[in-house]
Formats: sequence, structure tokens, C-alpha cells
Amino acid sequence: MSEIARHMVAAKPGTRLHSSTVIIVRRVASQLLLYLALTALAAMLLVPLVYMVSTSLKVRGTELALPVRWIPRPVAWENYPETFTMRPFHLYLRNTLSVVVGAMSGTLLTSSMAAYAFARLRFPGRNALFSIVIMTMMLPGVVTMIPTFVIFRNLGWVNTLLPLFVPAWFGGGAFNVFLFRQFFMTLPYELEEAARIDGAGFFRIYSRITVPLSGPIFATVAIFSFIGNWNNFMGPLIYLTSREKFTLALGIQTFRSEFEVRWANIMVAATLMTIPCLLVFFFFQRFFFQGVVMSGMSGR
Amino acid sequence: MRKEAFAAYLFLAPCILGLLIFEAGPVIASVILSLMDWDLLSPPKWVGLGNFREMFSKDKLVPLSLFNTAYYTFFGVPLQLAAALGAALLLNAKVRGIRLYRTAFYVPSVTPAVANAILWVLIFNPESGIANYMLSALRLPTFRWLVDPPMAKPAFILMSLWGIGSTMVIFLAGLQGIPEYLYEAASIDGAGALKSFRHITIPMLTPTIFFNLTIGIIGSFQVFTSAYIMTAGGPANATLFYVLYLYRNAFQYLRMGYASALAWCLFLIIALLTAIQFGAGQRWVYYEAELRP
Repeated sequence: MSEIARHMVAAKPGTRLHSSTVIIVRRVASQLLLYLALTALAAMLLVPLVYMVSTSLKVRGTELALPVRWIPRPVAWENYPETFTMRPFHLYLRNTLSVVVGAMSGTLLTSSMAAYAFARLRFPGRNALFSIVIMTMMLPGVVTMIPTFVIFRNLGWVNTLLPLFVPAWFGGGAFNVFLFRQFFMTLPYELEEAARIDGAGFFRIYSRITVPLSGPIFATVAIFSFIGNWNNFMGPLIYLTSREKFTLALGIQTFRSEFEVRWANIMVAATLMTIPCLLVFFFFQRFFFQGVVMSGMSGR
Repeated sequence: MRKEAFAAYLFLAPCILGLLIFEAGPVIASVILSLMDWDLLSPPKWVGLGNFREMFSKDKLVPLSLFNTAYYTFFGVPLQLAAALGAALLLNAKVRGIRLYRTAFYVPSVTPAVANAILWVLIFNPESGIANYMLSALRLPTFRWLVDPPMAKPAFILMSLWGIGSTMVIFLAGLQGIPEYLYEAASIDGAGALKSFRHITIPMLTPTIFFNLTIGIIGSFQVFTSAYIMTAGGPANATLFYVLYLYRNAFQYLRMGYASALAWCLFLIIALLTAIQFGAGQRWVYYEAELRP
């Protein structure tokens, strides 16, 4: 705006507006339109989340009252402790965290190890094996779901958390192997060569040189693993049968089927499950976007 | 050299074991299972191609769930792509505070699917959900979203537009990869914004569009969680999507053989669709590095 003002002053009174002024007015107008569009879209996308939090804080019975009260009056903070007593949330949380930590550590270790071999070591069958790993990404999960279920059933692992994180210790998913490999290939060779000459073994090079240089990709994979396992629904649905084994995803789903009328409590549960994802996202945004872009560039 | 290969196989040991135990083994087992009847309790019975015959002759829910899934995919994915591209174009502007908007646009994509599904049941509540509330505030017609069979799939598509964050970020990266000089040259030649979009942005973006389209269709054909939670396949089977029906056969009716046959059918459909896209992609996707004779 000040830019326009300056030009208005600069233009002699009585003369036609200078053509550069017209251009600037146009630019400011288009910028305003842009901000308007951006803000409108952002508002539309965030309204559902605001609605979720706002409903979670409404006095029970008034959740569906019209017109919609975006800021509840009074604010029913008591919904939160009340919801905790309706369900063993501490168990759901503990189970979810066990799965998340178990799967994340397995994924980070085994997929980075596999990727290191693919990126840095020469061995017979390297390209063929890598192609096979990549091909497994095209296989829909439902194809292997039933035999995998049978395996875990025979092991007596149904209704335990094991099927939800043990597979992560076996390669950690083709996509993560791919992400790690792409990153490792961008690292300079020289350090590793120097270490080789000094007589360091491959495992030592991997753990002392490659891993410490690869913080960003470890962060990216860790975050995707966290979100994926925190949000996983089908796995727990298939394997967990008793309440005390439920993860948050399953526990919250039972709210929906049993307390349809208690929307405030249901939204408390939804809010509680969403907050950690938002926190992880806000703090590690950079890695999120890097990961998404890497997957996009991969031409997977 | 031999030492290096030995080390490599050690590094790869978990991965190779995983390929054998959780991929190769189950793939073979799944083929065999698809030719059997098995309820997990009594011994499996060989039925040959019986499961596949049943899918396409007797079972009316297979074509119906395929139709539902195709509807959701072929209307939903193009809309998701268009919306994601639109959002990415806005986010590609070089103005102050744009990162904040990028964050805001991406937020719905990190929220848990279960929480989202539950939230959207409330949003689509015909009497007092905010979907109808906002429509009526704008003096637009309202709908009985998840209750009225013809409106159920459009409701799911509308909801899917909320989670386009990853597609959008991939488009944004694609847009940022288009060299500035192309636009400068075009503007010197007198091309306006629309012309540049049509003749520079779109052609340069075709590899990104192709990627998002392929991934979008593959993902969309496997829709499950939202339908399981929001409608359980209803109303009147309008949201009985393919994987939901597969899940029911496996874990509710305990028809492991039949469900395996369904899974292979899904794999073939996805593979076919992907192959068609790659074939068609030859014609419309532009790769800069590629030199055609």
C-alpha cells in the first residue's frame, strides 16, 4: 500500500496515472486476491479440526445445538477427565507407544542397514535383489495379509502386540529402504575410503560414518514410521481382540460405535489422538516435506 | 571382494528374511489359498477355480463393491489432483508468510484416519453437522450425506479432498522444479499467465501429474478405514468398497480362501490399471531428458 501512496505522490497532480503506477496497483490487487484465496482455503481446511476441538469442550447434550457455537459457553473442561474414566486410555496409550517404538526402532535399524548394502557394497545379485525389494511396493497389502495372519496365529501371537511391530524388524519396508538408499548415495565417498584404508570394517563405517551423517533421513523415516503406526487401524483391527490390548485407533473406534449420542466424549478421544500427530508435524515439518518430496521424485 | 559380499549379505539379512517370510511365502500361500475353502478351523478343502467362479457369477456383492470402488476412484482421484494442483499453484507464489499457509494446508494429512472418520460422521450429520449448516448458510441445498445412498459416495469423495496434503506437496515440488527462464522467455514473447500455464506449467508438470495419478488410483482402490468406521458399508451397501468386502469375507465370515481370491483379483485390477497408465503415459507425459528420434 505504501508503495502505491509513494507513486501517487510522485505523479504530478492533474496528469494521468503513470503506467508503472497502474502496474503496481495491479500487483498489489493480485497479491490481495492471492492472500484472500489462501486464507479462505486454509480456513476451510482447518474448520473441521476447530469443530472437533470445539465439540469436545461442549456441555453434553448441547453438542448438536444450532446455530453452531464455535467457542463453547461454558467451556466443559470436565469432558476430558470424564472421557479418561470411560475407557482405559492409559492402556491404549501404552500399547500404542509400544507398537510405535518397537516398529520405529526396527525400521530405522534394518532398513538403513539394507540400504547401506545397496548403496555402498558390491555383491552378486545386488541389482536383482534391489528390484525385488522395489517390486514389493506394488503388491497391495491385502494379498499378503491373510497368510501373514495365519503365520502369527500359528505362533500364538494373535491378541498380542507382536504382529504389529515384529515385521518392521525384517527390512522395515521397501519404501524406507529406498529412501535411505537415495540419501546414502548422495554422501561423499572420501571419508569412507579413508576409514577403509585405516582398516575399519564395514559395520564400523556404517555405524561411525554413514549413520552420523544421515540425521535428516533418519528423522524423515522415523516421523513417517511414527505417524503410520500411530494411525494404523487395519493391523490392530485384525490382530487385537481384547480391550486391554487395544491401541488408541481401536479404542477410539469403540467410542463411535457405543456412545453415538455422547459426541463431546467422542471428540475428546479424537482430539487426544490427533494432538501428538500435530505436535510431531509442527516440530519436524522440514523432514516431513523432504520425505514427501523424495517420494514424489522417486517415480515410485 | 568376497569379504565385501559377505558383509553385504549380513547387512541385508533382516531384509532378505523379511522378503521370504512376509512377502514371498505369503504370496505363494495366498495363491494356493485362493484355490481352497478354509475357515481356519476345519482342514482346508481344494475347490480349484471355484472361488473365482463364485466371484463373478453368484456373488452380487463383488461387482457392486467393484463399482463402488471404481466410482470413488474415478471421480475422486481427478478431483483430488485438481484440488491439490490448485492449492500448490497458490502455495507456489513468492509472498510473505507462504510457509504458514503450506503448514495449514498440510495439517489435515497428518491427522489419524480413525479420528478423521469419526469427525466426519459428525460433520455430515444431516440435522446439525457443519456440512449442511454451512450449505444452508450459503443458501445452497443440503443433503442427507451418509444416510441417502446416492449421496454417500460423494460424501466420501468430499472428505478425501480434505487430505490432499501429500499430493499437494509433490505438485509444489514439481512446480518449483520448472526453470524460471521458460516463463521469462514466454513473457517476452507476449504470453499471458493463462498461456504460460497451458503451455509451460502443464507440460512441464506432466511427470508429477502422472506420478500422483498412479499413486492416487492405487491408494484409492484400497480405501478401507473410513468406510469401516463411518458407514460400515452402508447405506444399502452404497459404500461397500472392495477391501471392506474382502475384510468381511476373511475376518467376519472366515472365508480365507475366498478372501485370498478377492485379494488376487484386486492385485490384477491394480496392475492392469497401472499398466494402462504407463502405456497411455508414453503419449502425454513429457520427460525432458528423453530424446525422441
